[in-house]
Amino acid sequence: MAETVLPLTKRQAWLLDLLFMGMSVRDYVRSLVTPFNLVAALVLSVGLPVTVLRFTHGLSATTNLTDDYPWGLWIGFDMLCGVALAAGGFVLAGTVHILHLERYERFVRPAILTAFLGYILAVLGLMMDLGRPYNIWHPMVFWQPHSVMFEVGWCVMLYNTVLFLEFLPMVCERLRFERALKILRRIMLVVIVAGIVLSTMHQSSLGGLFLMAASKLHPLWYTPYLPLFFFVSAVVAGLSMVIVESMLSHRAFHHLVADQDPAELDRLVIGLGKAASVVLLVYFLLKWIGVAKGGHWGLLLTPYGGLFLVEVMGFVLLPCVLYVVAARRQSATLTRITSVWTVLGIVLNRLNVSIIAFRWTDEVRYVPHWIEITVTITLIVVGVLAFRWIVNRMPVLCEHADHATA
Amino acid sequence: MATTRRAFLKLAGVISAAGAAGGRPACAASGGSAAHEWWGMLTDLSVCIGCRKCEFACKEANGLPNDSLESYEDTSVFQRERRPDAGNLTVVNRYKGREPEGQPVYVKKQCLHCNQPACASVCPVAAIRKSEQGPVIYEASLCMGCRYCIMACPFSIPAYTYDVPLTPVVRKCTMCFEKVSKEGGVPACAKICPVEAITFNRRGKLLALAREKIRSRPDVYVDHIYGEHEVGGTGWLYIAPTAFDQLGFRTDLGTRPAPELTEGFLSIIPLVVSIWPVALAGLYALTKPRGPSAGGEENPQTPTAAKGA
Repeated sequence: MAETVLPLTKRQAWLLDLLFMGMSVRDYVRSLVTPFNLVAALVLSVGLPVTVLRFTHGLSATTNLTDDYPWGLWIGFDMLCGVALAAGGFVLAGTVHILHLERYERFVRPAILTAFLGYILAVLGLMMDLGRPYNIWHPMVFWQPHSVMFEVGWCVMLYNTVLFLEFLPMVCERLRFERALKILRRIMLVVIVAGIVLSTMHQSSLGGLFLMAASKLHPLWYTPYLPLFFFVSAVVAGLSMVIVESMLSHRAFHHLVADQDPAELDRLVIGLGKAASVVLLVYFLLKWIGVAKGGHWGLLLTPYGGLFLVEVMGFVLLPCVLYVVAARRQSATLTRITSVWTVLGIVLNRLNVSIIAFRWTDEVRYVPHWIEITVTITLIVVGVLAFRWIVNRMPVLCEHADHATA
Repeated sequence: MATTRRAFLKLAGVISAAGAAGGRPACAASGGSAAHEWWGMLTDLSVCIGCRKCEFACKEANGLPNDSLESYEDTSVFQRERRPDAGNLTVVNRYKGREPEGQPVYVKKQCLHCNQPACASVCPVAAIRKSEQGPVIYEASLCMGCRYCIMACPFSIPAYTYDVPLTPVVRKCTMCFEKVSKEGGVPACAKICPVEAITFNRRGKLLALAREKIRSRPDVYVDHIYGEHEVGGTGWLYIAPTAFDQLGFRTDLGTRPAPELTEGFLSIIPLVVSIWPVALAGLYALTKPRGPSAGGEENPQTPTAAKGA
């Protein structure tokens, strides 16, 4: 009798440990009362009900989309920025496991988790935006390979699978599924290569979508190189986002990384910044080749030219230089500041292409509805909460958290 | 190491085979001689009197909410330029005519049924397609509502029923596809037009008719058939007494069919799929640390699934 009960209680104890991180339920609930959580609760209490409105009252009641502006914030920010900022997953996996730069290993898992959550949120945003979200699987069946959107659909679906497989070892380690771990380890290299190939394809195809907007997008942003721009800037975004994310993680989860040497972390962060500066330089030169190819030098003196210069000089060249300066001075702080700036620049670029410079000659312009903004903020908060929940329970920042606590 | 290489070769093989299988055949809806046989429309803007009866008939034909025919005599709608939307698949706008007389010119606007439509080429599920008869048609049950067609159309024609929560549709002129599919069927707008400003026929015949009109009355028409070459040719053609750029037409779209804008990019994808894995395998091999500890069976791959759990 006792023998059958004992393993059960053991399992229960294990489950409670998993859910409440070794605290008593009371302590756990008490630990949740923080300023951040209060803000998060406020956002969710508004954001989640509002989400429902989209499906009860339609896009016209919840967005400012029109026949002239069929794509708004949910595509321009949630999808385009979400996917670009999730590029750290494939960039870091490639850096460490293809290029054998193993000293960056510690960034891989958080980057993959960020990417996995980022993609899930981008798809959730897309489900809000699609007119008939229940048909989202149609591209898998009704093929139309001349469409860039067809490619985006397939790649995002496949890459989500890849990210799931890349994330799975963290779950399996926590749950001690040794056999599954062994299998995953055998296929991981192929999975990583598939992830890099798929990311190359769909990061660029997100830019490729706008090749069709030749008569609608401002000539300074419209160029046949749009897919290349999106890919190269996604690499920048990925590297910078890994720096941002590690900065935030080390503040929020310092108890998990207490054994790591901060000086070593600073050196690695500066290294990532150096890599980002090289890619930024390439991106900067490509941007000007884009202008030269179209021969649109005169447009630089117009208001939109000013916006273009702000983007290219202020958010591409400037961070490129700052990353180098940070490396020369060995200032991880400057690298971190620059990474935030770079991420903002990528967001600005995606919004310029999809919204601000789109149909730029129109008198009536699209401005997001407050519900579109609320849903977007809600998705971000959900992402942060999910990230925290997983990092607190699985070996993401530190290896084998459970082995240490067990 | 050996397993690694084999895995790579296998992956590269599988993916490049997939790339080859997905190779892109020539665009199904090409122009050329088939385009001559397609159904088309010719609107003669020198004849149109702006009575907007076509708008009325269009709504009747498409089962859209409608007002009485008399209500269309109201000319106040001409005060602002309109575009087709989900409730009005065709609209008539008024423009100032050529000086000095300045007779107004009325322009009927609707889907142009491109020979190689942008909307059909971007639709990821082929919900919009160029029919064999010429009209560009839409199948709502396939649509997932991404609205790429609306974004891509160079003429800004397709519209969306944003107010329908769960089953919204894309709406645009279908050239009364059901009607014209039957023997002797004519689109509603062409049928109701009291001044025969709209002619329905094969595209080739319409081009010949338009050329003949321009040749015989050079004093009336500008020497330009809009839609003959624009974005690779359209099924709906226009002739006008005034330059088209003064009548709300985009004359900066060029003669390249819209799908060509993404063709170059799409053709690179199979290359990425086949070359990238091989290149990555090469980088993997080149950067693999050499040394006494490496290269042995005791050193299995150690990707993300962290070492020695």
